Amino acid sequence: MPVDPGVVGTELPAVTMTVDAGRLRFFAKAIGETSEVYAGPGDVLPVPPSFLFGLELEAPDSFRWLADLGVDLRRVLHGEQSFVYHSLAHSGDTLVARPRITDVYTKKGGALEFIVKQTEVTRADGSAVAELTSTVVVRHPEAVR
Amino acid sequence: MTNILSGEVRVGVELTPLELPPISRTTLALFAGASGDHNPIHIDLDVARSAGLDDVFAHGMLSMAYLGRLLTNWVPQERIRSYRVRFAAITPVHGRPTCTGRVVSVEDGLATLELAVTLADGTVTLAGEATVTVS
Repeated sequence: MPVDPGVVGTELPAVTMTVDAGRLRFFAKAIGETSEVYAGPGDVLPVPPSFLFGLELEAPDSFRWLADLGVDLRRVLHGEQSFVYHSLAHSGDTLVARPRITDVYTKKGGALEFIVKQTEVTRADGSAVAELTSTVVVRHPEAVR
Repeated sequence: MTNILSGEVRVGVELTPLELPPISRTTLALFAGASGDHNPIHIDLDVARSAGLDDVFAHGMLSMAYLGRLLTNWVPQERIRSYRVRFAAITPVHGRPTCTGRVVSVEDGLATLELAVTLADGTVTLAGEATVTVS
C-alpha cells in the first residue's frame, strides 16, 4: 500500500535524551572503538558522528511512525543518511530531536517507495547540534509483477 | 597512521584503511542495544525468515559507525562538518567490511572526502562523502 503523499510536512513527536558516558562507552564497544577519546573512563566523552541517529529511537515505540504510515517494518531498508554538524555534543548534554517527514516518492513503477525524514537536533537550551536526513526505502516487490 | 595533524591535506591523499573483523551475531545484538535500533530484522532470525529472508543482516548504521571511526582516526571530530552515505548493498552476517577514504577536493579550508565500505568479495555496501575543515 503506497504512503499518502499528504503526510509530507508532518512533525513527529520530539524526543529528549540526556546522553550518558556509559551509553557512549557501550556504543564504542559495539563498534570496536578502543580509543581513549571515545571509550575512556571519564565522565565527558564526545558523541560520535553517527550516534545522533539513535536519539529518535529512544522513544518508547520508535518505529510507530512507520506503522502509522501503513509500512511493514520488515520491508524497510535504510537508503541514505546524512549529518550536518553545527557543534560537537558530549555526554551530559540533554539533546532534543525534532523529526518531520519532508518527502515521499516512488521509483521503479512503485516497487520502491522512498520516505525522507529530516531531524533537527539541539541542546535543551536551543543551541544547534546537527541536522539529520534519513531516507527510508520500502520494498513493494508485488508492484512489479 | 596518516593523521590530519601530521601531514599535508591535498587531493589524492588516502586515509589508512580500517579493516574490520567479520560481523558476528553478537556484534549485531550489541549494536542494537547501544545504538537504540531494535528493529528485529537485524537480530531475530524468526522475523527475518517471516520476511522471506534467509538470515538477519547488519544494520546499515553499523557500517556508518565504522566509517565514522575511519574519519575520527584521521581528524579531531570537531572538524567534521558533514557526513553522508548511501546504503548500496546489504551487509550479511560474517561480512568483513573495510572502510576507505580519499581526499577529492580542498577548497576554502574545507576538504571533501570520498568514502566507501567494501566487503571482502568486492561488494560496495556504503558510498559516501564527508567534509572536514583543514585550516
